[in-house]
Amino acid sequence: MLPHYWPTLVTGDPLIYGADASIGLVSIAIVFVLTYYKKWGWLWREWLTTVDHKKIGILYLIAALLMLFRGGVDALLMRTQLSRPNLHFLAADHYDQIFTTHGTIMILFVAMPLIFAMFNIVVPLQIGARDVAYPYLNAISFWMFFFGALLLNISFVIGGSPDAGWVSYAPLTENQFDHGPGENFYIMALQITGIGSMATGINFIITILRMRAPGMTLMRMPLFTWSALAASIVVIYAFPALTVALGLLLIDRVAGAHFFSMDHGGNPMMYANLFWIWGHPEVYIVILPAFGVLNEVFPAFSGKRIFGYSTMVASFMAITILSFLLWAHHFFTMGAGPGVNAFFALASMAIGIPTGVKVFNWMFTMYRGRVRMPMPMRWAVGFIPNFVVGGATGVMLATAPGDYQYHNSYFLIAHFHQVLIGGTIYGMFAGMYFWWPKMFGFLLEERIGRLAFWLWNVGFYVTFFPQYLLGLMGMTRRIYTYPAGMGWSSLNLLSTVGAVIMGLGFLFIVWNILYSVMHRSELRDVTGDPWNARSLEWSLPSPAPHYNFAVIPTITRRDEWWEIKKYGRTEDYRPQPGEIQDIHMPNNSGRPFLFSVAFFVVGLGFVFEWYAVVILGFAGVLAIMLHRSQEVDDGHQIPADEIRHEEIALGRL
Amino acid sequence: MNGNAQFLVLNPAGPVARIELHLIVVSIILVLIIVIPVMLLLAYITRRYRDHPDNTAPYMPEWSESKLLEIIWWGIPVAIVGILGVYTVYDTFALVRPPMKSASPLTVQVTSLNWKWLFQYPDQGIATVNEVDIPANRPVQFVITANSPMNGFWVPQLGGQEYAMPGMAMRLWLEADKPGIFYGHGGNFTGRGYAKMAFHVVSRPQRDFDRWVKLVKQSSPALTQSGYQQLVNAQSNTPTLLFSSYPAGSFERTIRHQGGMYMQRDLSIINADR
Repeated sequence: MLPHYWPTLVTGDPLIYGADASIGLVSIAIVFVLTYYKKWGWLWREWLTTVDHKKIGILYLIAALLMLFRGGVDALLMRTQLSRPNLHFLAADHYDQIFTTHGTIMILFVAMPLIFAMFNIVVPLQIGARDVAYPYLNAISFWMFFFGALLLNISFVIGGSPDAGWVSYAPLTENQFDHGPGENFYIMALQITGIGSMATGINFIITILRMRAPGMTLMRMPLFTWSALAASIVVIYAFPALTVALGLLLIDRVAGAHFFSMDHGGNPMMYANLFWIWGHPEVYIVILPAFGVLNEVFPAFSGKRIFGYSTMVASFMAITILSFLLWAHHFFTMGAGPGVNAFFALASMAIGIPTGVKVFNWMFTMYRGRVRMPMPMRWAVGFIPNFVVGGATGVMLATAPGDYQYHNSYFLIAHFHQVLIGGTIYGMFAGMYFWWPKMFGFLLEERIGRLAFWLWNVGFYVTFFPQYLLGLMGMTRRIYTYPAGMGWSSLNLLSTVGAVIMGLGFLFIVWNILYSVMHRSELRDVTGDPWNARSLEWSLPSPAPHYNFAVIPTITRRDEWWEIKKYGRTEDYRPQPGEIQDIHMPNNSGRPFLFSVAFFVVGLGFVFEWYAVVILGFAGVLAIMLHRSQEVDDGHQIPADEIRHEEIALGRL
Repeated sequence: MNGNAQFLVLNPAGPVARIELHLIVVSIILVLIIVIPVMLLLAYITRRYRDHPDNTAPYMPEWSESKLLEIIWWGIPVAIVGILGVYTVYDTFALVRPPMKSASPLTVQVTSLNWKWLFQYPDQGIATVNEVDIPANRPVQFVITANSPMNGFWVPQLGGQEYAMPGMAMRLWLEADKPGIFYGHGGNFTGRGYAKMAFHVVSRPQRDFDRWVKLVKQSSPALTQSGYQQLVNAQSNTPTLLFSSYPAGSFERTIRHQGGMYMQRDLSIINADR
C-alpha cells in the first residue's frame, strides 16, 4: 500500500526537511518539559479530559492564537514573494500550497475557534448556567477541531499541502488535475473539524434555549448570547452542505466517482453551489459573534444601555435568514443568467441594511454616555471604520455588473480581509481583552496592548488599501508573480510593508500576554467586575469557580448585574449559606480526546488511501462509542459543604 | 499598452466596461453617503462623550430607544439599496445584449487550456494563442469554454469577466471603441501555470483587421489536429501564436467531450449562432 504515495513523503526539499527537524525538536522539548516537571498527569487531568466549558474555551483560544501565527506566517511568505515583480522566493507550487493553507487555516482554524472560544467562555456564565447542555459533546467538539487542524498542518511536512485554493473548486481538485494526498488532507481535515462545529452549533442552541436562569426570558438575554444563538442556527443549517460537498469530492477522488468531474455526467458547478451554500453563511457565522462582543463592549464602556435592544435582536435574526440567500454572488460570472444574478445582487445588498443599522446603534450607545477607552473598547471602536468601509465595498461587490470587474481581483481580496480582520478578528480581540480577566483572573496590560493595537491598525490599512487599488489595476488573486511595468510593483511593496507591521502587531499581542502572565499579581482582578460591566458573568469572581454559580440567580430584567449595582444590592446578590445545595456536575472523560484521535487516524487513512488504517480508526471510534454507551452515571455531586468552603475562600460568604 | 491607463478598470475602452464603470461610480457615491457621516459621527461622539470628570456633555445612562432615530437609519440604507438596486438590475439585463445593434457582431471562440488561451475565429477560419485581434467599433461575441479546470476570461478595459467552464459555452459581449492593445488575464485559478495566463486584445480599425486576417491566413502555419492536442496536453505557458486554420469543429467537439454531451441545453449558444 505504501509505494504509490511514497515519493510525496520523501520530497528531498530542504525547506520540508527543515520543517521536519524543527517540528521534531519542538516535540522533544515539549515532552522533556512535561516529563521533567512531572506535568503529564496534570495535563491529562486538568486539560485533555476536561469537560468544563471555561477550560474548553481557553483551549480554543490558545489553539486559535497558534493557528493565527501559522496563517500569519503563510501571509508573510506570500507578501514577501509578491513584494517585487518576478521574484523567485517561492516557486509556483509552494505559493499555491501556501495561499490554500492560509485561507483554510484563517477561516476554519482561526476564526471558528475564536468564536467558539467566546461562546464557551461567556455563554453559560451570561445565562446563569453551570455548563453547556452537553459538556461531554463539547469536549468532543474541541478535540475534533483540534485534530482536524493538526491533520491539515502536518500536510506541509508529509505528503504536500492542498494547493487548489481554500474553496477547493472542482474540477481542479479532481484526480485528473490534482493527484496526490494534498487535497485529501484538505477534505479530511475539514470533515473532521466540521463534525465538531456541527456539534457545537447544536450544543449552544440547546444551552441557550433550555438552560437560562429562571426569569431570563429571551428578550432579557444579553446580546452576545443572542449572537451565539444566531450563529449556532446558521452553523447547523450551513455545515451539512459542506459535509456533502466534501464527501462527494472525496468519493470522486478515492473511489473514482464523477459527481463533480467534467466527464461521465459530473457537474463541477454543483460543487461551487454546495460549497458556497455553506461558505457564505460561514462568513456570517464568524461575524455575528463579533457583533455580539461589540454589543457587550459598547454599553459596558459607555456606562449606558445598548441602544435599540429589540432592533439588534431583529437584525441578528434578519441576518441569520438572509445569510442563506446570498451564496450565488460568489459566482456572478458563472453565467447563471441576468434574472438569477439580479436576485442575488439585490439580496446581497439587502443584508447590508440590518448590518448598517447595527453600526448606528453602537454609535448611539456611546452617544450621551461616558466613553472609556481601555483595550476592549479600543478594538471595538477600531472595528467601526474598518467594518463600515468593508461593508461599503461589499455593497459595491454586490452590484453584479460591478462584480464582473472586481471578481477574483485584489479588490475582492481587500474587501474580505477588511470584513474578516477588521470585523471578526477585531471583534474577537475586543472579546479576548474584555473577558480575559474572567478567564484567568488578571487583566492584560494596557501599555503594550495599546502598542499592539496601533501596529495592527496601521498595518492593516497599509496592507489592504493598496490591494483595492491593485484590483482596479487588473491584478488577479492567486498569482505567485507578476511582470514589471503593470504599475503594480510599488503598491505591492507597500502592501508587504503593511503585512510586516501587522506581523509585529501580532508579536506585541503575544508579548502583551506573556508580560501580563509574568506580572499577573499586579494585574489581578480582585473584584470580579474590573470594567464595571452589565451582565451576569461579572457578578462572579474572576476566574469563576468550576461550578460557576453557587446559587443560580433569578433574573428580573435586562442588564441584571448593572441594575443590581445601581441600587447598591450587590451584597444581597451573593449566595446565602442556607441556599447552597449539592451541585451535580459532569465527570471529566478521556474519551473525547481518544475519540478524536481515532478520527484523526481515519483521516490519515483516507488521505493516503490506506484502507487498513481507515478501518482501524473507525474501530477505535466504534469502541469508544460502545464504551460511552455502557456508562450509567457520568456526573458527580459536589456536597454543599464543599461549596460553602469554596465560596468562603473566595470571600463571598 | 497605454502607459497611463494603469487603473485599467477606471479607463474603459469600450461600452461594456463603461457601463460597468458607471455603475461602480454610482455605487461609490451612494455608499459614501453612509460612510462619510459615520466616520465624522464616530470621531465626534468618541470625543464629545469621553469620560472626563469635567465633561459637561449630557449623560443619560437609561436612554436607549428612539423611534425617530431608528426610522432614519433603517430608512437611509433602504433608500440607498433601493436606488442602487434599480441601477444594478437594469445593467445586469443590459449586459447580456450586444452593446451596439447596428454593426454585425464578430464571433470569437475562446478556450482556456493549461495554461494558455486559444482563440478561434469561426467566420475567418483562423486561430490564435494568447492574443486576440478584434475590429474596433464592432461588437464581439466571445463564446467561452475550457479544456482545463474552470477559468475566467477578463479584459479589464473592455469589460468584466465571464467564467470559462468545461463542457459549457458561455457568452460575453465586449466591444472596443478605439484601437489599442488591452491587457487580459485568467480570472480563476487553474493550477501551477495560472499566474502566467495573460493575453492581449489587439483592437484595430476594421480595414486593418481584415488585412491582419489575410496576413495570418497567408503567412502562418495551420493548426493541425495533432498540433491542437499538443497545445491541450502541453501543461505549460506558451508565447503568442498565430494559425492560418484550425481543425473544423474542434471547439464544439471540445465542449461535447468535456461534459457538454450531458448538458445539451447549454450548447444552445453555439447551435443558435452556427
